[in-house]
Amino acid sequence: MDRFSFSPIASFAPVRLPETASQTAGPYVHIGLAPKQAGFDIFENDFGPVLVGPETRGERIAIEGRVFDGSGSLVRDVLVEIWQANADGKYAHPADRQDRPIDPSFRGWGRACASFETGVFRFETVKPGRVSGAGALPQAPHACLVLFARGINIGLHTRLYFDDEAEANRSDPVLTGIEWDVRRQTLIARRTQRDGLPVYALDIRLQDTPDGGLETVFFDI
Amino acid sequence: MSETSTPVTGRPYGDFAQRDTAVHPAAYTPGYKTSVLRSPRNALISTLNTVSERTGPVFRADELGPLDNDLILNFAKEGLPIGERIVVHGYVRDEFGRPVPNALVEVWQANAGGRYRHRNDKYLAPIDPNFGGCGRMLTDENGYYFYRTIKPGPYPWRNRINDWRPSHIHYSLSGDGWAQRLITQMYFEGDPMIGQCPIIKTIPSEEQVRGLIALQDIGNNIALDSRCYRFDIVLRGRRMTHFEATKQGDR
Repeated sequence: MDRFSFSPIASFAPVRLPETASQTAGPYVHIGLAPKQAGFDIFENDFGPVLVGPETRGERIAIEGRVFDGSGSLVRDVLVEIWQANADGKYAHPADRQDRPIDPSFRGWGRACASFETGVFRFETVKPGRVSGAGALPQAPHACLVLFARGINIGLHTRLYFDDEAEANRSDPVLTGIEWDVRRQTLIARRTQRDGLPVYALDIRLQDTPDGGLETVFFDI
Repeated sequence: MSETSTPVTGRPYGDFAQRDTAVHPAAYTPGYKTSVLRSPRNALISTLNTVSERTGPVFRADELGPLDNDLILNFAKEGLPIGERIVVHGYVRDEFGRPVPNALVEVWQANAGGRYRHRNDKYLAPIDPNFGGCGRMLTDENGYYFYRTIKPGPYPWRNRINDWRPSHIHYSLSGDGWAQRLITQMYFEGDPMIGQCPIIKTIPSEEQVRGLIALQDIGNNIALDSRCYRFDIVLRGRRMTHFEATKQGDR
């Protein structure tokens, strides 16, 4: 009689290569990722901080932020990228299998540098809709951010939520997964209005700062 | 969208395998002084992948220019840049060995003398009027990429007062999901400065340092024109789904 009365598995995880090690982006990251800010013009088409075109659906907003180090000083050489769903809560990527419409005028990704003078980075985008979560609960509207800079050895992932979505924020599975209630507040941007445009402002702290500012929550995604 | 599987493997889009933090530098690495005030003091908070992390930006070939991967020509004004002509090529794969097609690979570097074309670089070595120092490309269906450039020179930096970076090219990779986003640096085989560099020393193992060193690819040198280096990159991979439990409400 055959010793194998059931089928053996064919393969499980045949190869496991280590991920290439991260290294800092360094102080001159702008040369490669934002050459105009480095001080020269080279590409016909630069990737930048404006996510919207005239056809994009949804509420136009700006997102502005600053990044502080552990001394409370501005990090003026930081590069920030954003990844978010469209106004209907759909990502422009085939792995998003939610039954919601793609917006052909919205990629959902952008790249901004802090100004060398003011330290402010700024995105022009639309407010994202809610997307599904890892459990049954939908997530509150949010944008994913990743930070690269001199002194940062591996990109720091965080999220930006909106202070006018308090009810959704209270049940967001990622926010509520942060054990310390007081730390959740570090991810919530404040809505203000400037020249008729809603502006959401968020200060990101790499460490607690001397003025009493709390270190921002960073994620291992 | 009707497409529900990855274009190369045909497998369903799964979650990414957990990042092995032991193969990367820690955030706080005091030998690299700038990291001291720019590293979080709290532990990172680990989260399950959601649709936000499983997805990522998609780039199109028509967004790039024809010379974007040719750093020898893409900023040449009245002649060719000065320095060693090299071609760098390789494959971008995930940790399960599968090719990562259509990944955006962006590179930047100093010129042959170690000077960056950047308003904040004040090193006394001169700018090369014919060299910009950045390029970009998309990997093909096999995860393959290549570009042509001038081999960068080492340069001094204010860490300790006499620290010098080995020759290196910075790399940025956007793969098929936000969780794969990676920035790193490539070094050159045989460079004696690799063993002395405080930034390289942030990497916890010899094996992982070796993974950042491009090898001379002599068989692919172009006679009387350019030398060739081979550099492969590994990104995080989506887990196989043979036994994956479907989480309620996830799909």
